[in-house]
Amino acid sequence: MLTVHAYDVIVIGSGPAGLAAAVSAKKNGVNSVLVIDRDVEPGGILLQCVHSGFGLETFGEDLPGPSYAQRYILEAESQKINLLMDTMVLDITSDFVVTVSNETIGVQRLQAKAIVLAMGCRERSRAQIRIPGTRPAGVYTAGTAQRWVNVEGLMPGKNFVILGSGDIGMIMARRLSLEGARVNRVVEIMPYLNGLSRNYVQCLQDYDIPLFLNHTINKILGKKRVEAVEVVRVDQNRKVQPETAEIIPCDTLLLSVGLIPENELTRKIGVSMDPITGGAIVDNCFETSIPGIFVAGNVVHVYDLVDYVSQDGTTAGKYAASFIQCNWNSNRRKIPVIVEEPLRYVVPQKICPDTLRESAIRLLMRVSYPMEYPVQVSLFTDQKEILNKTYPYVRPGEMVSIQIPKSAYDLIMASQEVRLKVLRKE
Amino acid sequence: MTNSQNLICVTCPRGCSLTISYDDQDQITITGNQCKRGAAYAKAELSDPRRMIASTVRIRGGIHKMLPISTNAPFPKGKIMNLMAFLKSVEISAPVKMGDILIENVLNTGIAMVASRNMEKID
Ligand SMILES: Cc1cc2nc3c(=O)[nH]c(=O)nc-3n(C[C@H](O)[C@H](O)[C@H](O)COP(=O)(O)OP(=O)(O)OC[C@H]3O[C@@H](n4cnc5c(N)ncnc54)[C@H](O)[C@@H]3O)c2cc1C
Ligand code: SF4
Repeated sequence: MLTVHAYDVIVIGSGPAGLAAAVSAKKNGVNSVLVIDRDVEPGGILLQCVHSGFGLETFGEDLPGPSYAQRYILEAESQKINLLMDTMVLDITSDFVVTVSNETIGVQRLQAKAIVLAMGCRERSRAQIRIPGTRPAGVYTAGTAQRWVNVEGLMPGKNFVILGSGDIGMIMARRLSLEGARVNRVVEIMPYLNGLSRNYVQCLQDYDIPLFLNHTINKILGKKRVEAVEVVRVDQNRKVQPETAEIIPCDTLLLSVGLIPENELTRKIGVSMDPITGGAIVDNCFETSIPGIFVAGNVVHVYDLVDYVSQDGTTAGKYAASFIQCNWNSNRRKIPVIVEEPLRYVVPQKICPDTLRESAIRLLMRVSYPMEYPVQVSLFTDQKEILNKTYPYVRPGEMVSIQIPKSAYDLIMASQEVRLKVLRKE
Repeated sequence: MTNSQNLICVTCPRGCSLTISYDDQDQITITGNQCKRGAAYAKAELSDPRRMIASTVRIRGGIHKMLPISTNAPFPKGKIMNLMAFLKSVEISAPVKMGDILIENVLNTGIAMVASRNMEKID
């Protein structure tokens, strides 16, 4: 491992977050930008998300996932961003040395002046949710099945049960039905839907696929191949009620039980992490606890709109540019953003009040449980409430956002924290 | 007497819960939509339900075996399975550019199938 190549900004991951960050760094005056990805082509996970529903905010159009990615790929090409594909990033240090490996160059070290981490997220698998039973073939994550069907043209089975009502699971339920497979049911342990309501309508209802809330899979049956699953009801404490067990024959079980930010590299660098989001703790410039290490996209927390992924990637790229251009004060004042129950988390976890001079700050939050009635999300300084926003309802599967306007500059500058609350609106 | 029916708008990720109420004269009022498209969706859903359909077709000479494609307008719900059966018989050759019309007036609906991405020809 010898050669060292130098770049100004190195971005890890070529999904919408990484591409937006790279383009933004370049547009903000950075000379050499390199994007590295282990995949053979840029675009990230969207390349396998063939359904539409992307880009309404950014382009005012309802685009299929590959089209949304294509627009960013074309822009990256026109900005002459260097792409290093089919290359795995093995290690990153806090002084910006990136160790990569691929078939042609072997192992190499690359030196940057700032880094943007945009590795996306991966799916939780069977091992992580511990379903008992045999270990037959035919148990896949929904995303793996999505890649088989949409990219490789292979069907993973004929007769499916899907565990988890997340968006990817519901979207796959529709996709498999369209391809002629039978989807028996979608089973969800929580008392509410985990994904967007629109996906319940257009992916399950449209294809007569029943959704079983408060149910889970207790056992997988079958020797070589899945032959059936045992579906059971759970009580309010998510405890299995064995007397409700029902055997559902199927040849394939898909798991859509959540996404986890892909942060092995981030942890290795020693960045401070948020145990709830599973991503780094960031400020509104998307800088981590280590100066010059920025993060963007699903590696920070799991977004539900790719438009926000790209916007936040653009922000990360812009500040990575500021960092290397030395008009950056890593000791700038930051104040914490605090959330109160039922808010589960907020990103960013800190804000830099002085950046409000340039632009508004968007805060993204999730609630712990659904509130199916009008609520008010309020933002407080240590003195008083400064703004609020009404939502007709809030649900864990749908992100809540609130924007601090530039006009709040003086109030935020004078405060030691900002605090967010959600209250039922009378 | 008024009657009402609930629908979830699927036009955008917000997924507004719409209520459609009918009065004595069968006049309808739509509430719960956060934008105009919601009302249009509710009316269409009652008379001629349609969906955007995205799928894949086989492609020769590309980096992958399948090319993602989509309808260029919402497609009649009742004919979706016919469309899927038809697409199985289609094979495209690389190169393809995003937005290329691959099939015009598919199944005489006036709707076209377009490529969702570029795919170069590789040797
Ligand atoms: C299976 C799946 C399906 C999804 N479906 C939808 C959907 O239908 N709608 C939706 O809005 N969102 C969906 N999402 C969420 C989706 O990930 C985001 O909307 C968006 O793609 C996030 O962009 P990103 O750039 O953060 O990550 P990604 O698009 O995931 O890009 C991350 C990139 O980093 C690369 N990478 C990671 N680690 C390394 C490494 N060590 N070395 C080199 N490269 C690396 C990966 O190869 C990948 O290309 C899905 C996510 C998954 C996992
Ligand atoms: S009514 Fe408008 S805002 Fe609401 S889901 Fe439909 S399109 Fe979206």
